[in-house]
Amino acid sequence: MSRLILDLLVRATGQTLEMVLASGFLAVLGGLPLAVLMVLTGPSGLCRMPLLARSLGLVIDAVRAVPFIILLVLLIPVTRLIAGTALGTTAAIVPLSIAAIPYFARIAEVSLREVDAGLVDAVRAMGGTRWMVVRYVLLPESLPSLISGFTVTLVTLVGASAMAGAIGAGGLGDLAIRYGYQRFNTPVMLGVVAVLIVLVTGLQGLGNLLSRRLRHES
Amino acid sequence: MTLLQVEHISRSFGPHAALQDISFSVSKGESVGIIGRSGAGKSTLLRCLNGLERPDSGRILLEGEDLATLPEQRLVMLRRKIGLVFQHFNLLNSRTVAANIALPLEIAGIPKPQRTQRVAELLDLVGLGGHARHYPSRLSGGQKQRVGIARALAANPTLLLCDEATSALDPETTASILALLADINRTLGLTIVFITHEMDVVRQLANRVLVLDKGRIIGRGRPEDVLAPSAPNTADLPLPAGFSTVPGNSSQTVLKLALAEQDIVSPLLEQLAKQHQVNATVLATQMRQNSTAAEVDVLVQMADPSMDIIAFLKNASQSVEVLGYVPADS
Repeated sequence: MSRLILDLLVRATGQTLEMVLASGFLAVLGGLPLAVLMVLTGPSGLCRMPLLARSLGLVIDAVRAVPFIILLVLLIPVTRLIAGTALGTTAAIVPLSIAAIPYFARIAEVSLREVDAGLVDAVRAMGGTRWMVVRYVLLPESLPSLISGFTVTLVTLVGASAMAGAIGAGGLGDLAIRYGYQRFNTPVMLGVVAVLIVLVTGLQGLGNLLSRRLRHES
Repeated sequence: MTLLQVEHISRSFGPHAALQDISFSVSKGESVGIIGRSGAGKSTLLRCLNGLERPDSGRILLEGEDLATLPEQRLVMLRRKIGLVFQHFNLLNSRTVAANIALPLEIAGIPKPQRTQRVAELLDLVGLGGHARHYPSRLSGGQKQRVGIARALAANPTLLLCDEATSALDPETTASILALLADINRTLGLTIVFITHEMDVVRQLANRVLVLDKGRIIGRGRPEDVLAPSAPNTADLPLPAGFSTVPGNSSQTVLKLALAEQDIVSPLLEQLAKQHQVNATVLATQMRQNSTAAEVDVLVQMADPSMDIIAFLKNASQSVEVLGYVPADS
């Protein structure tokens, strides 16, 4: 493989990582509070607000219903507003995050709901406020499961970031399409696939390890 | 002095009345058992007592404050003075044993040095000194419940509530947890209100018992008076084959002796043989942890005991009861 191709591959991997990690971070920042809010306001939550819970769920599912490639195009004006441009790696972080936030919110919601209601009772019985229930029970008890969910989100983002090539975001997917597919450059295609496999299995392995470490169950 | 005063509380869930016109009071230092079948309303009552559930009507006065109407914020503060022990322990898996016990102190805003010291005291009290840094998943059921008890005691509560605290444990572990609770009641003078469906638990821990059925109190009083009034305690010990309550031809008598723990049954029977020329056979013995003292129940069989022998046994033990008769050859 030529020096040039190798350079391209390294640069594309960097761009993919930038997109995945930045939007992954924003997915947690936005998705986790949404998940907590849905659990607290939901039917068996501590601050039952059925209307809020239902409308929140509706908005989240509406965003998740749009295929990412469509969302990418639909969001171009929003991207331009936030990032100043609709082109490039940084700009792609906007639609990626907007897609990842509701995705992670639903995954985190499931993790939070799996926390034993008896533990919530225990902290309430000790005189804990709702905030303390979130802080001492819901988040720490679901942490291993949240990390597994976050790993799944990151892997999904690796896939989604490939489509962001459509708005000139660069990255591995873009490289594979433009060099590997459109120019019939099989070595590039195979190189991209190999890097993607390493990237995804690496992320998954890291996530599993961390989740297992934090799970103090025998 | 009255610590807790419950006045005419009722609670319904839809058309189902879980509690109907419940009234009772608990004095400081008492150990009160609430017994009933599942679905009798015990859990709802207990949840009302710490304000996790509010009654539809009536008052629950804890040291003069009404839990039924107190605003949520005041109720949160009041709950810090009520310890709760759960059937399924409800320990946080993400925290070590020490951190679980420290949680009520963290919630109450106690600074770290004092927390550490208090946790060490509590670990000693419940006999788990070596387990501070372990995670709950490594503990046995009995050990988990000890952590649960230590956690409930952490913030120096004025009232300890136990929700079927021994129902998930095996009989031996149950006995040790009950002994621990009785000890806490006696030595710390802590008021305990517990719910259970097991008669034995009430016998061993309660000064006073309330019997709950279909949301109403249908009996109250001392455990020995309220539970099984017709045949007191006979269910405790396995009765011999061929047992009957009326004497037959040449039958032998079965007596139940209650002994203080330090008395030993065999010297007593030797003495009996020497002084009264009668041979008694021990059929069964059972330890019983009373809330005030440990006792041993002993079932003995002997040929027709005279008044002298009964008097001798009464003198030597805490109580003697003629339970019935068995054929001589059994």
